[in-house]
Amino acid sequence: MRQLMKGNEAVVYGALLGGATHFFGYPITPASEIAHAAAELFPASGRHFLQAESEVAAVNMIYGAAGAGARAMTASSGPGISLMAEGISYIAGAELPCVIVDVQRAGPGLGNIWPEQSDYNAVVKGGGHGNYRNVVYAPNSAQEMCDLTYRAFNLADLYRVTVFLLSDAYVGQMMEPVELPERAIHGERKPWALYGDAQSRGNLISSIHMSTAEQGDHNWHLRAKYDQIASEYTDWQEVDVEDAELLFVAYGISARVAISAAQRLRRTGVRAGLLRPRTLFPFPRARLAELARGTVRDIAVVELSDGMMADDVQLAVLDSATVHRLNWLGGEVPTTDLVVDRARELIPMLTTLR
Amino acid sequence: MVKHAKPGSFYDTFERKGAGQRTTHYCPGCGHGTVHKLIAEAIDEFGVQDRTIFCSPVGCSVFGYYYFDTGNIQCAHGRAPAVATGLRRVNPESIIISYQGDGDLAGIGTAEIIHAANRGENITVFFVNNAIYGMTGGQMAPTTLIGQQTTTTPGGRCEARDGSPIGMAELIDALSTPVFVERVSLADGKRTMKTRAAVRKALRNQIEKKGFSFVEILSPCPVNWKMSPSEARRWIVDTLEHAYPVRNFRDGAGEPRAAAGEPRAAAGAADAASGLWLDDEDLHSLLSSRHDFPDDLRVHDIAEQRVKIAGFGGQGVLSAGVLLANCAITSGLHATWLPSYGPEMRGGTANASVIVSVDEIGSPLVDDPTTLLAMNGPSLDAFERSVVPGGLIIANSSIVPREAERDDLRFYPVPASDIAQELGFLGAANVVMLTAYAALEGFPSPETIRHVIPHSLKRKRLEKLNLRMVDAALDYVAKNPIRLPAGQARR
Amino acid sequence: MGTNYAHVEADLCKGCRLCVETCPHDCLEMGNEINTLGYQYARFVKHTCTACGLCYYACPEPEAITVYRDEPVAEGAVPGGAE
Repeated sequence: MRQLMKGNEAVVYGALLGGATHFFGYPITPASEIAHAAAELFPASGRHFLQAESEVAAVNMIYGAAGAGARAMTASSGPGISLMAEGISYIAGAELPCVIVDVQRAGPGLGNIWPEQSDYNAVVKGGGHGNYRNVVYAPNSAQEMCDLTYRAFNLADLYRVTVFLLSDAYVGQMMEPVELPERAIHGERKPWALYGDAQSRGNLISSIHMSTAEQGDHNWHLRAKYDQIASEYTDWQEVDVEDAELLFVAYGISARVAISAAQRLRRTGVRAGLLRPRTLFPFPRARLAELARGTVRDIAVVELSDGMMADDVQLAVLDSATVHRLNWLGGEVPTTDLVVDRARELIPMLTTLR
Repeated sequence: MVKHAKPGSFYDTFERKGAGQRTTHYCPGCGHGTVHKLIAEAIDEFGVQDRTIFCSPVGCSVFGYYYFDTGNIQCAHGRAPAVATGLRRVNPESIIISYQGDGDLAGIGTAEIIHAANRGENITVFFVNNAIYGMTGGQMAPTTLIGQQTTTTPGGRCEARDGSPIGMAELIDALSTPVFVERVSLADGKRTMKTRAAVRKALRNQIEKKGFSFVEILSPCPVNWKMSPSEARRWIVDTLEHAYPVRNFRDGAGEPRAAAGEPRAAAGAADAASGLWLDDEDLHSLLSSRHDFPDDLRVHDIAEQRVKIAGFGGQGVLSAGVLLANCAITSGLHATWLPSYGPEMRGGTANASVIVSVDEIGSPLVDDPTTLLAMNGPSLDAFERSVVPGGLIIANSSIVPREAERDDLRFYPVPASDIAQELGFLGAANVVMLTAYAALEGFPSPETIRHVIPHSLKRKRLEKLNLRMVDAALDYVAKNPIRLPAGQARR
Repeated sequence: MGTNYAHVEADLCKGCRLCVETCPHDCLEMGNEINTLGYQYARFVKHTCTACGLCYYACPEPEAITVYRDEPVAEGAVPGGAE
């Protein structure tokens, strides 16, 4: 049964059905509705919600709760995600599972509350100190806010990683019909967690490795884990790529606009398609390279940043296709018209269409 | 018989430190070892070794997990009270010790300790105050005394530059929630035995679920103080204790109270005793809408509707959009609703963008609306130009002072505020506007609106009133057919 | 009737002297030998021990000092590890 709800609210529905038991939050626009819904629904279902004194505290509460074996999560936006960087690094080092939602706004600094996708580097590349990665989902609808949060907890537990949902202000604020997952899932007892009992007494949650050899081994172990995730969990959506000469690449709200632009161009005879990464780490680079070696000649990366994801696209395709950066900054989300116009300005194959 | 020996809550050998190791990493004469011993002894005596989780800080005691044969978690600098909060909220039965130094607790972690204390987390905090950073090489701590030389205050701590030593026990005592606050000292045997009593009390409080206990321990750091262990102990008595009076600040350990951090259920498992944990079926029913979608309301063919609803904040602009989107999904269609949000919602202008389509919706932005519902004058001014040629503008003529300037679209004035006010609720002008739209565009059907209103509007007591708005609006549109604009009349 | 004494584990002592200074009955003193950690270590020397445990609590090391009460000791032996 479909229910109309904000993407931000859908996160909480997906979380509860995905087995989340603990939410530690701190208010920030445009993510606050996640905390609002969690404050209502976690206690109403016998789960736990706590408003922390800061994002620093919130992420460390997650560290403790995840260390105690719980499925724990938080949600924030850029300024809060920056504050959590330390904790996320510790969580990665100690290999704890958790889920964090970043409803991106414009930065740097306080910026404004309108959508940007400029936390890409911070979230996709790690964000804190040290060698680590987060698994990063990129939802582009309220339905995916629900579904990907629902899936995130199993993945986080399986690999003992932080799973991010890298969303944006529009995907968070937008209301759409959402179909809830049918089956509720739950976490299981973890052999490494701290349950305050005899069985778990010997366990240690820590990110310290005093010898260079041990730290090296640990970091290579992490690297191998991320590589394995990359081989198993890279996820993307393709639209009209079979014969595409022009490939739009975009995620989140940008992908919603880009698909409209691609379809509009196709109606004018351009062989346009779209690849939408549903995971940003791991990134669908092999598929992009394959498409670039095939029919695709030009790639239009539509992004609300100065080209952070375009760098990864460029790295994936090297010189087998021309990468064009269609960037908007400051919180402006382009209309379909604007995207089409910008594409026509930048991409030679479209200039004759004027 | 053995009277005093290594407590069983220490590991036999410290394998995490090195194979077969039996000594600590602490310098000769350091206070940490003694505090560790007192804690381990108390854990033994209360029989809580299996239940105990020891939170190691950053600082000299970062390696607490070398020694304590308990659950162990190493925390980021200063964050142990937040980590302890997370542990506590998952498991009400574990015994959680946050062991912190002065840089950790009184410097970088001030916010975390204050708020954990203020929430009354049922945890025990041992704060080892040696007035200096040890691990990093003898730098100034927040608790360093005025004039005290450190590697970052080579000329001595200067109040004008560095502020005054922080009395953490005094700060914690300023909060109403903690149950036990005491400052003790390791300067001599008698004081150490008082420390022992405080450690036991603070731990017992937690076991009895009394709440937050805080023990500040004045502890020697001979190496960084550049003193012998004996001199260091004398310095505590002669100097440190003058700045930090050794005393009990609070012993409110009376009746057990409902300590904070009692979760309603254990993690990931049903807590049948609480009766509050919803099983899968109840969880689903909590989360699921009771909104049904009768087949006879389905719509299979409709041109894409891109509706902009704009007005003052408080005119129900956003909820009119929600009502329309709900009507769309009840009709089996796709819908998106995108609000203006943030500060501008509070008292300023607001608008909602709704797209209704048979097909999946790409961009949810409505920059070229097929319909504009202008709830006030500024909205007409702002959005008239964006409406597609042939589109529709409905204006709340009660307060919109003009007609549309464009002649390539349809314009329909409806005195929505007047109608709503006459029926007794000015706040429902949005429903009048939306119904007028529905009547003119043939979507959504009046039946759909009537069906959806009870599910869509938050204030249930206004249900009947809103349904009357629907009737009144339909009646108005029936009696006032839309006039073709001059431009279209000419054509 | 046994005797009270403190046993100092020589190779676990870091030579801080706190036990020596804390003992109200002067039962401990610093020896001249050097242990495997490189410290001169404390040793038990006198039978006026009451097994009060102050040396044990003053000692920062978990296992360096063990205090015995009413413990049978071979005649003529100096208990406490000051061998």
